[in-house]
Amino acid sequence: MTTAHSTSTGVTAEVIEIRVCAGTGCVANGSLEVAHRFDDAIEQAAAADRVRVVRTGCHGLCAKGPVVVVAPEGVFYPSVDVHAASDILEALLSGTGPAREHLYRESEDAEAIELYADIPFNTRQERIVLRNCGVIDPEDLGAARAAGTYEALRQTLENLTPSDVIEEMKKSGLRGRGGAGFTTGLKWQLAHDSEADIKYMICNADEGDPGAFMDRSLLEGDPHGVLEGMIIAAYAIGASEGYVYVRAEYPLAVTRLKKALADATAAGFLGTRILGSDFSFTIHVREGAGAFVCGEETALIASIEGHRGMPRPRPPFPTTSGLWNAPTCINNVETLANVAWIITHGAEAYASIGSATSCGTKVFALTGKVRHSGLVEVPFGLTVGELVHEVGGGCADGHEPKAVQIGGPSGGCLPASLFDTRIEYDALMSVGAIVGSGGMVVVDERTCMVELARYFLTFTQDESCGKCVPCRVGTKRMLEIVSRITEGHGEPGDIELLEELADVVKTTSLCGLGQTAPNPVLTTLRYFRDEYVEHVEEHRCRACACSALSTFVVVDSLCKGCGVCKKRCPVDAITGELKGIYVIDSEKCMKCGICETHCPFDAIERV
Amino acid sequence: MADCACQGNAKDDLDLTMLSVVFEAHANDPGALIPILQETQAILGYLPESALREIARQRDIPLSEVYGVASFYTQFHQEPRGETIVKICHGTACHVAGAPEITRAITEELGVGVGETSEDMRFTVEGVACIGCCGLAPVVVIGDQTHGAVDGASARKLAKQLTRKATR
Ligand SMILES: Cc1cc2nc3c(=O)[nH]c(=O)nc-3n(C[C@H](O)[C@H](O)[C@H](O)COP(=O)(O)O)c2cc1C
Ligand code: FES
Repeated sequence: MTTAHSTSTGVTAEVIEIRVCAGTGCVANGSLEVAHRFDDAIEQAAAADRVRVVRTGCHGLCAKGPVVVVAPEGVFYPSVDVHAASDILEALLSGTGPAREHLYRESEDAEAIELYADIPFNTRQERIVLRNCGVIDPEDLGAARAAGTYEALRQTLENLTPSDVIEEMKKSGLRGRGGAGFTTGLKWQLAHDSEADIKYMICNADEGDPGAFMDRSLLEGDPHGVLEGMIIAAYAIGASEGYVYVRAEYPLAVTRLKKALADATAAGFLGTRILGSDFSFTIHVREGAGAFVCGEETALIASIEGHRGMPRPRPPFPTTSGLWNAPTCINNVETLANVAWIITHGAEAYASIGSATSCGTKVFALTGKVRHSGLVEVPFGLTVGELVHEVGGGCADGHEPKAVQIGGPSGGCLPASLFDTRIEYDALMSVGAIVGSGGMVVVDERTCMVELARYFLTFTQDESCGKCVPCRVGTKRMLEIVSRITEGHGEPGDIELLEELADVVKTTSLCGLGQTAPNPVLTTLRYFRDEYVEHVEEHRCRACACSALSTFVVVDSLCKGCGVCKKRCPVDAITGELKGIYVIDSEKCMKCGICETHCPFDAIERV
Repeated sequence: MADCACQGNAKDDLDLTMLSVVFEAHANDPGALIPILQETQAILGYLPESALREIARQRDIPLSEVYGVASFYTQFHQEPRGETIVKICHGTACHVAGAPEITRAITEELGVGVGETSEDMRFTVEGVACIGCCGLAPVVVIGDQTHGAVDGASARKLAKQLTRKATR
């Protein structure tokens, strides 16, 4: 994975670039102050001709933010604060080599690792989609162009017919990254073949999976890369107008996207007669208004038209009749971010990455109980276990991963025993999961799988648009059953009823939301049925996550005798004297957990 | 569309002339209802009934349609909201990292449930699905400040700071 961090971005050898992550995660950790400190220190040292600060998109390793990478070598500094910033700059200017005390270490007593490319998190990654994320200033068209952006567009307009582009996409094996995995070249062909005066190209940036931020990071880190793919797509299908539909909660992505649009238009990459060709294309930005179902393509179209975002039955598919009844092609952000690379490097090169049925790479938001959480891009064909253990570094504090949840509310939970499953469309499908949009949440033994299923059902039930009965009512009834199981009121027959309902909702719902909503329940039932049975028959939650099924106790060795728990307990279930030992009467305890959240010493435990 | 006969019971006497820029900007755009609602809310802070009526009149569409759209999307609020918005992430990563505990701590401390606004209009507590910093889970956003790796105790502290600031 050395290509992404090479010096191919126009950095001349003499100018040192301090690449400070300005992605959402690192900004929340204070990266902008760090960037300021670098700026100030460079000014003070009058070193602006030798060193400059670049505020980039996400580098990937969000868990260790603020992340700083110093180019051209690619020296990596994790968790940089303003003090570290001063040290790093000092070391840089004095030419004594990296500031060793701030380098990355896998664990406290491990050797320091100097280069970002060499840390375990990166060794299995391959960056195509994220090639510019963390490398260039996303608000700088010049930097994007220096990195090669819009060259594929030029090449396309000068040398390729729309059919050539479509052929190339088909050969590359690229499949949609928005969830369904439909072959991109084929979709473009269908849209291309639909005869109409006007056609639309839509970029789906609604990213609804709660716990995934691939598309957000791409729009924030490399908006021009996404736009270039979208313009090439529009050329291929013959669209003259386009929309980017962005999720409401992504203000930074919207700002950067709008700036990129304005800059690209001013530079002639958008608008009339692009780069002197006969092809004209304009793009509008539509901000979503907060509805998960609007990620579904027909609902998204309804939303752009100004209606309630409700899906409609397909066919007709949008490629035949979509936005304002015109042929419309909808692609996901990440799908489009692959396009320019394929044009530049050729379909064969792309198809040679990954595996036979799943070509190229996939970006995942690797989160949950994993040490190196963040944004990762790996070739298809890696196993789930390799991703979790090698890229993610496994769980922290001696815990073991118990499962991964892949694909969010539409996806499934895969147990650790199936971690040798390859990350491929068909392989994941065969075990009940999906590649999905790229959310991958690792859980350990402290997570209750029944409760996790309840969590996803709460989400889908809440987001069900209400148009079709199986989804509206079915998810509600399923949620009621799962909830009562987690609350200790599960009844014999509940599990079977849940399975029956899941089947009905799956097979009879109108759109993908309902059709996939039962998946988290079905896969947890398939792989963690014991946990359901324990909840129902023994009123026991082995993860102690369901508070109604847990017993709260005071851990004597941690208790300092402050008495906060006793004061807070609403049912006077706690006895004890100041500075003494406190005891919870499990008969009286109503398991509200208030003592747990109030204890300043984490001395309340669930058993 | 004929004027709606029902009078409703809109008591708000907001100055709706501020909205004319919004209507002008979208005069020729057939699908602009959602951007219009968004911009209206940005100006007024929420979507009072009088504004929905004005939009229906200006766009010549039934009030029911405007209301249908405004009530469909979670971003739109028909009630005024608190000065400070407290967003508790309920995304998957935050959920498995302890969002429920944080939610309990914050709602208890502020005396305001999720989706509610305090009586003194100081804060509104919201549950949101993924803020996009899952690496820092669990996450709470107060105003425009994001706080990562929050636990029950630090959530309480944050909430206390907020109430203290509010009473000052
Ligand atoms: C309930 C639901 C939510 C969806 N959410 C998204 C989303 O957030 N982003 C996305 O790109 N596709 C989403 N999709 C898939 C889209 O309908 C569509 O298949 C996709 O945008 C097509 O692009 P692709 O072929 O490039 O993947 C969703 C589908 C369903 C049923
Ligand atoms: S799940 Fe909370 S920030 Fe993503």
